[in-house]
Amino acid sequence: MFYKSIEKAADSYDVIVIGSGLGGLTSANRLARAGHSVLLLEHHHRLGGLATWFKRKGHIFDVSLHGFPYGMVKTCRKYWNNTIKNAIVQLTDIVFDNPQFSLKTTFDRVDFTQILINKFGITQAVVDSFFNTVSKMNFYDDRTMTTKELFEKFFPGRSDVHRLLMEPISYANGSTLDDPAITYGIVFSNFMNKGVFTFQGGTDKLIGMMQEELEANGVTICTQSKVDRVVIENGKVKGVAVGEKVISAPTVISNSGITNTIDNLTGREYFPENFIGEYDQVKVNNSSCQVYMGIRKGDSIPEVGDLLFTSTAPDFEAVEMRAMNTCSRTFSIYYPKTRPEAPDYTIVASMNANYDDWDGLTADQYQAAKQDIIERSFSDLDRYIPGARDKCDWVEAATPKTFNRYTLHTKGTSFGTKFEGLNISRTLFKAIPGLFHVGSVGIIMSGWLGAINYGVIVANDVDAYLRQ
Amino acid sequence: MTRDEIKDVVLEIIADIDEDAEMEGLNPDEPLRDQLDLDSMDFLDIVMELRKRYKLQIPEEDYPELATLTSCVNYLEPKLQNL
Ligand SMILES: Cc1cc2nc3c(=O)[nH]c(=O)nc-3n(C[C@H](O)[C@H](O)[C@H](O)COP(=O)(O)OP(=O)(O)OC[C@H]3O[C@@H](n4cnc5c(N)ncnc54)[C@H](O)[C@@H]3O)c2cc1C
Repeated sequence: MFYKSIEKAADSYDVIVIGSGLGGLTSANRLARAGHSVLLLEHHHRLGGLATWFKRKGHIFDVSLHGFPYGMVKTCRKYWNNTIKNAIVQLTDIVFDNPQFSLKTTFDRVDFTQILINKFGITQAVVDSFFNTVSKMNFYDDRTMTTKELFEKFFPGRSDVHRLLMEPISYANGSTLDDPAITYGIVFSNFMNKGVFTFQGGTDKLIGMMQEELEANGVTICTQSKVDRVVIENGKVKGVAVGEKVISAPTVISNSGITNTIDNLTGREYFPENFIGEYDQVKVNNSSCQVYMGIRKGDSIPEVGDLLFTSTAPDFEAVEMRAMNTCSRTFSIYYPKTRPEAPDYTIVASMNANYDDWDGLTADQYQAAKQDIIERSFSDLDRYIPGARDKCDWVEAATPKTFNRYTLHTKGTSFGTKFEGLNISRTLFKAIPGLFHVGSVGIIMSGWLGAINYGVIVANDVDAYLRQ
Repeated sequence: MTRDEIKDVVLEIIADIDEDAEMEGLNPDEPLRDQLDLDSMDFLDIVMELRKRYKLQIPEEDYPELATLTSCVNYLEPKLQNL
C-alpha cells in the first residue's frame, strides 16, 4: 500500500524503516519477503533518497546514476527481481583527462592491466601482484595500512599511477589516500571485476520498479512522513513518533544517517557511555556539488564518452577536489540510450565539496558561488564538447546545502561516514535492543551496490532479532 | 532429519540463491565458495533461509562451519535432528 501521508498507517508493525534510500528500500523488501509486517516512512514526497532524479523543461536529470559495479546484476536479481536485473547495462567509454595523462578505458582489470603496462611502463608482474593483493582484501583485515602506503608499495613515487587508481574512487565514495587500504581495495576490486554499469531507463524507472515490488510484497509505504524520534522504553525500542502519531514496533531500522540516528532521532542519553565514546570518533564524509545541463530538443552532442574524469590540477589532491574553486570534476553524459523511451541528451557535472564552505554564505554569496560552479563547468566542458553551452536550454546547480535539505544528512554527506562508522552502525542494536541502522557507512557500505547489500545484511540481523 | 535430507535442503537452498549453480560433480569436502562461485552475501542468504524454515539461529562466528557441504551437514545435524 502506498500513501502520501502518515494518516493511514496502522498502529503497529513488526518493523518500521525510517527512510527510503536504497538501503532502507532493500531492508524493507527483504523483511517483508521473510514474512514480517513492514512500514516504510519517507520524509520526501518521493522514494529513493540519493538515488533520485528531477524533471525540468522536458528533461529528466539523474543525481546519482553515474555508474556502479557489475555486482549490481547479481544483487538485483537476488534481492529485487529479474526485470530490474535485466535493465542493467555497461558503460564502455570511460575517459580520463588531466595534465598527467589522457586515456579512454572500459575500466576493468584486463584493460587497466594493458594501460598500466603500455602507457605507464609498469611490469606485468607488478600489476598482477597489485590486483591480486587488492582483490583478496576483506573488511576484517588489518586496517592500519593507508591507501597511500598501498600505492607507494607497488608504484613508488608514481603520482600519475596513483591518480589513475584513486581519482575515480574519490568521486565514488569520497575516500582519500589517507583512508584504510582495505576500503580502497574492496571498492576498486568491485569495479575492476567487469567495468562500470548503469540502469537503462533511468533512476525514475528503477525506483518505480522497486516500489511495485515492495507493494507486491506487502510493505506499507508512507511518503511525506518525517519521523521526529525513535521511542525508547526501558532501554528498548518501542516505536517511532511522526508528529502527533506514535506507531509501535519491536524493531526500527533507521536509514537516516548514523549521526542523525544517534544524535537527533534517538538522543545520546539513551546510549551507554563507552558506545558514545567510540561514536564520537566517527567522521562524516564530504558532500557534493553538481551542475545539471539539458540539451535543447532537436539538438544533439557527439559521443565523447559516458563518464569523463577531468582535471587541470597538476596532480591528484583530495583537498583540491573538494575546494569550492576545484578544477576537478566528472562529466556524466546521458545519451538517448539512457532512456530509449524518452530520448534526450543531458550532462551532469559532479564535484566533491565541503559543507562548511557553503554553509556560511549570505544569500547573495551563495547565488554567486552557484553561478561560479556553473561557469567553470561550462568552460571545462567546452574542451570536450565545444559549444555545448549554446545548445543548453536548462542549467542549474546543487550544493551541499541542497543535499542536506533533501536527505537531512549531517553536513549533506554524500557517502555516509568514514570507516569507523561501520562498527557503530553494526552494533547499534547491542546498545539499544531493537534499534538498527542501514545506509552509507564505513566507505565500503556506500554507493548503490554497497547500500543495497548492506540493506540485506541488516535485514538478516533484524530477522534474527525478531525470531529469537 | 537424516544427513541425506539435510544435504538435499542445503543444495536446494543454494539452487534457489544461484540459478546457474552447477551441482553435478560437487566435491562435498571442497569449499562451496570456490566450486560454486558463492560470495559472503550468498552465505548470508543461506543463513537467513535456514532461520526462516527451521527457526535456526546461526551466529556469525559459526559461519565458517558452512564452508563445505560436509561441514554444513556436520554442523546442522545435531540442530535439525528432531525435525
Ligand atoms: C552526487 C552523488 C552522486 C552519486 N553517484 C553515485 C553513483 O554514480 N553510483 C553509486 O553507486 N553511488 C553513487 N552515489 C552514492 C549513492 O547514491 C548512495 O551511497 C546511496 O544511494 C545511499 O543510500 P542510503 O541507503 O545510504 O540512503 P540515502 O540515499 O542517503 O537515503 C536516506 C533516506 O532517508 C530519508 N530520511 C532521513 N531522515 C528521515 C526521517 N527523519 N524521516 C523520514 N525519512 C528520513 C531521506 O529523506 C532519504 O530518502 C552518489 C551520491 C551522490 C550524493
